Amino acid sequence: MIRLEQVSKAFKGQIVLDHLDLEIEKGKITVIIGQSGGGKSVLLKHMIGLIRPDSGHIYVNGIDIVSLDDKKLNDIRKKFGMLFQAAALFDSMNVGENVAFPLIEHTRLPRKEIMKIAEEKLLRVGLKNVSHKMPSELSGGMRKRVGLARAIALDPEIILFDEPTTGLDPVMCDAIDRLIVETQKQTEATCVIISHDIPSTFKIANKIAMLYQGKIIEMGTPDEVRSSTNPVVQNFIEGKST
Amino acid sequence: MIYFLELAGRPIKLFVEESGKIVLLFLSALTWLVRPPLRLRLIAKQMEFVGVQSLSVVMITAAFAGMVLALQTYYGFRMFGGESLVGATVALSLTRELGPVFTALMVTGRAGSAMAAELGTMKVTEQVDALYTMSVNPVQYLIVPRILAAVLMVPILTILADFIGIVGGYFVGVHLLGINSGIFMARIVEFVEMDDITNGLIKSAFFGLILSLIGTFKGFYTTGGAEGVGKATTEAVVYASVSILISDYILTALMF
Repeated sequence: MIRLEQVSKAFKGQIVLDHLDLEIEKGKITVIIGQSGGGKSVLLKHMIGLIRPDSGHIYVNGIDIVSLDDKKLNDIRKKFGMLFQAAALFDSMNVGENVAFPLIEHTRLPRKEIMKIAEEKLLRVGLKNVSHKMPSELSGGMRKRVGLARAIALDPEIILFDEPTTGLDPVMCDAIDRLIVETQKQTEATCVIISHDIPSTFKIANKIAMLYQGKIIEMGTPDEVRSSTNPVVQNFIEGKST
Repeated sequence: MIYFLELAGRPIKLFVEESGKIVLLFLSALTWLVRPPLRLRLIAKQMEFVGVQSLSVVMITAAFAGMVLALQTYYGFRMFGGESLVGATVALSLTRELGPVFTALMVTGRAGSAMAAELGTMKVTEQVDALYTMSVNPVQYLIVPRILAAVLMVPILTILADFIGIVGGYFVGVHLLGINSGIFMARIVEFVEMDDITNGLIKSAFFGLILSLIGTFKGFYTTGGAEGVGKATTEAVVYASVSILISDYILTALMF
């Protein structure tokens, strides 16, 4: 579904991704774990073409998106939905308009129909009667739910999640985890999640990849990663600083 | 020696870099301007923000500019018996210079700063990235409507500022200082030509372009959280104001 080959990226001389190889399987939940500031978000943004690599190739459904022009890249991006770390809801729009936004932009459906679909998506993420509210009136957890509703508005094939549970209380973390699993089951979408929340990762992942010093140093099922012999992986999942 | 040359060259390098980025953003905005869809609702919303909401501040500024201009020229011209020229001087100053420049500076302070702050906030909270991920080009969605609105609305505001400024000058000249109303108006008609007004409006459209381009540019390239947004907003106002005054001189030298 998504394949990264020898992807490298540096910012101001600092190497963030170093000849990285990664394959994301279709219809699975893949969680990419790694230290804070280790380049996980940069990696995720490469997958949707928000950042272009210095070298290497990124294939989405077999198409190398690195060399695509803006128009073709936009067509590819229509396959994606993305939930940002702080949801990135548009401040100037209410919740309903936020969720309806991709539908308004990319479908020719009548306004009434679009708002109905937006309501349905909001219901799917467990929100009712919030369409009229502004993003500033919502709690962190609600914002993430609205962000997820917007991400799935166009029924995308791939959903990217940038640290979906960061900054939430344990109960809300669990609720978001359940929501991700339910959404994946309902939509059969390929989900890529960036996280450093280990309990949550082992709860929801079909596959786990660990990013360390710009490379994927471990990739496998949760059981495989748990039994990894790599001390860096073991230290990370056990939360040891050395 | 090389260190000092590097130190001295740094601001020049930065200036060239920033200028290049602004030109590229402008070219990108021009390209997206002619590509569908034409976002009329967004353009109308920005026209309301840049134009209608700036109306009161521009009108107050223009009225008092006209009034103080009448007062100052009256005291100056009285020394050699030229009071009858107060009306023409006020009208010429306003249509050629003060109307376009004051309007642009007021709109920069009100709308240019808001453009930088709004886009800057959107940038640091990943709302701009969100637009990209939803296959919506932020230049077309955020920047083109703002530039278009400013280019269209600043001249309209300038026409109103010219008019209100002259009315202010008339009030002070005729009602407070006792200049004959007929002479005040006759001199305006005699000395002010259509070119004075149209050239002033061409300048104001250019100022609209400058303030919106710099405002959106500063916002669009904001980095560094809340502090970055504050810095971008301040720089947008300072750079746009200075650019307006510099380009005013160049345009005036070319036009009149």
